[in-house]
Amino acid sequence: MLKSREDLVNLQQKSKAALAEQKMRILVCAGTGCVANGSLKVYESLKKLIAEQGLLAEVDLVKEVSHEGIGVSISGCHGFCQMGPLVRFEPSGLLYCKVQEDDCAEIVETSIVNNGVVERLLYSDPTTGETVKTQDEIPFYNRQVRVTLKNCGRIDPDDINDYIAHGGYQAIAKILTGMKPDEVIKEVLDSGLRGRGGGGFPTGRKWSFAAAQPGPKKYIICNGDEGDPGAFMDRSVMEGNPHLVLEGMMIAGFAIGADEGYIYARAEYPLAIKRMRKAIADAEALGVLGKGVLGTDFNFKINIKEGAGAFVCGEETALIASIEGERGMPRPRPPFPAVKGLWACPTIINNVETLANLPAIIMNGAAWFRGFGTPGSAGTKTFALAGQIQNTGLVEVPMGMTLREIVFDIGGGLREGKKYKSVQIGGPSGGCLTEEKLDLPLDYDELMKVGAMIGSGGLVVMGDDTCMVETAKFFMGFVQNESCGKCVPCREGTKQMLAMLTKITEGKGTEADLALLEELAQNVKDGSLCGLGKTAPNPVLTTLRYFRDEYLAHVRDKKCPAGACQALKEYYIDPEKCKGCTICARVCPAGAITGDKKQPHVINVDLCLKCGACMEKCKFGSIVIR
Amino acid sequence: MENRDIKFLKLQQIIDSHEGKVSHLIAILQETQAEYGCLPKEVLTYIATAMGISPATVLGVATFYAQFSLIPKGKYVIRVCDGTACHVRGSEPIMIALRKELCVTPDNPTTGDLMFTVETVSCLGACGLAPVVVADEEVHGQMTPDGILELIRKLAPAASEN
Repeated sequence: MLKSREDLVNLQQKSKAALAEQKMRILVCAGTGCVANGSLKVYESLKKLIAEQGLLAEVDLVKEVSHEGIGVSISGCHGFCQMGPLVRFEPSGLLYCKVQEDDCAEIVETSIVNNGVVERLLYSDPTTGETVKTQDEIPFYNRQVRVTLKNCGRIDPDDINDYIAHGGYQAIAKILTGMKPDEVIKEVLDSGLRGRGGGGFPTGRKWSFAAAQPGPKKYIICNGDEGDPGAFMDRSVMEGNPHLVLEGMMIAGFAIGADEGYIYARAEYPLAIKRMRKAIADAEALGVLGKGVLGTDFNFKINIKEGAGAFVCGEETALIASIEGERGMPRPRPPFPAVKGLWACPTIINNVETLANLPAIIMNGAAWFRGFGTPGSAGTKTFALAGQIQNTGLVEVPMGMTLREIVFDIGGGLREGKKYKSVQIGGPSGGCLTEEKLDLPLDYDELMKVGAMIGSGGLVVMGDDTCMVETAKFFMGFVQNESCGKCVPCREGTKQMLAMLTKITEGKGTEADLALLEELAQNVKDGSLCGLGKTAPNPVLTTLRYFRDEYLAHVRDKKCPAGACQALKEYYIDPEKCKGCTICARVCPAGAITGDKKQPHVINVDLCLKCGACMEKCKFGSIVIR
Repeated sequence: MENRDIKFLKLQQIIDSHEGKVSHLIAILQETQAEYGCLPKEVLTYIATAMGISPATVLGVATFYAQFSLIPKGKYVIRVCDGTACHVRGSEPIMIALRKELCVTPDNPTTGDLMFTVETVSCLGACGLAPVVVADEEVHGQMTPDGILELIRKLAPAASEN
């Protein structure tokens, strides 16, 4: 039990010394991605093999024994999910990619016993083919600036002492032993931190509303209901550094005068929930959370609420309704939650990433934080890179970096030689950014100008084989499904827009549909209560604005230029390549293919079901979609 | 009456462990579903009566959230991720192959022998591995239509032994 700031400092020094005694530390990524690829087996195997060599160090950092030897730990997400499972060596920074259980014996033999390098497990640059040894030499990493993800992948998320060894809980200790709530709010206000969940509202200002409300009961809610498809930064932070989130919540709680907090996490993230639960129990046992934190009179209790699968619960008031045990339906604002929120008490809801920025701001000051990013959007932002991109994963960069740098320099460009078409930013509420927008600096205000939003930071890269009408239909299907049904324009409007988009992708649309679609989109935007309805038409509106040609090709020529819309596909046999083997005619379920043996075959488009069976079976690649 | 008591004993224990608090309704339903496999109407009515709230409120919550199911699911639940990242990397062909193999539809997602239920899920946050399928609580990345059929066949003989 820690009773004072001095106790915490002593524990930090002790844990730090224990880590320093370790000759080498091996961190095996145990984020969801790497676990799915077998990283836990790698971890067990490395531990066993190193123990057999008699080199395994004691991992309990506070145990009064020697910590000499080699420490093996799991860690949170390293971010480079594409190359997982990842194994990182400290202090050398050596990084092995795509490590499997079978590789472990060689790793121990080469890198531990003989101090060498297993060349084949190193990252190799796809353009030059050169291998690099350490994480810092990889372009994916060396352009990033990590604030919230700093220790993600460097510490064991299940070990509170590891967090403390790396400076954990020092920020809350600093506040409790010398700062007043209004000083904390001022520091955060001066830092220019804006909500990382999408809205971009200045965090300090939001806090000041709740701080001005009379108590005694106020709440802090950590919004971990990361519903945007294609975004996984909150998951990674909760999985990789859960104590950072707890510390952030306590700082926010102290600032507004709250003594209780809720973490609302998606049920789809079982690992994150498990790690957060353990973190809460460990922090309470150590006295850095709960009653009388670090021997002061500050109390803070944290509860976890598991979501049950509803995208709309990411919206503040719907989230509150869900915590109260009701259907997650948004409520009209005002009153804003900062005035009247959870159980009618003043409530501040901050996103996981917002909270994870707080300890560093308190420790390093507002000016330091402002040193990153742009004047209007200070600090860094994590982005989840996914879709048709070489290097999928999680990156953290200063606000204002251009899309080009993120997609091409960090992300390595598109995979399989595809051509860049668009990036969908901010999930179903966001918009798409075309090639002309590649040099746009990514921050809150610049994105707003082009009709998109940063959202939670999901960047889904699309290549030239992605149909933008189909993409708009995909998002509309998503929001239509997730609309809570409270507001008629959202409930019925999304349904009608989905029907129109479906019609267009089936080649049954007309130009009049496009005008109607635009009109309806505006109505849904104007007539909905919450963020879901207000932003639901964004994908339609931005694709209509930037890819109108594609819509016109669908309605006028009944063609899908990307060749993605099933109903508009036309299968065709290239007579030059067809050898007349008859296999396509035999597999065709509709009997649409005719031709004589050893003569080029033809497809009757009126009979063709577009199932693609012929194309799959053709050995000569003579069947194409046009 | 006695049978009924035994049948709902576990359910009553779940409600008691939450002290019957209305704010815990979602958690109670989650635990109940984990225990019974789904949330049949009689269970929902019992919860309403025991907690002193209207059955409509309980049904309202149970039908609002995607996690809850009023009808039994198969022994193995196959969840195909259809988040944006998985979608652009080809989750749809996987879904089509799966539905064809198991003869299920979006409206009728469970096989007749209650062995498999096929669902879509919007984003599991494992976008680095897209397209992703969760079969029997295990995450499988970089899935293909052939891969999913292989996986089903691996699960199916294991299922028939039990």
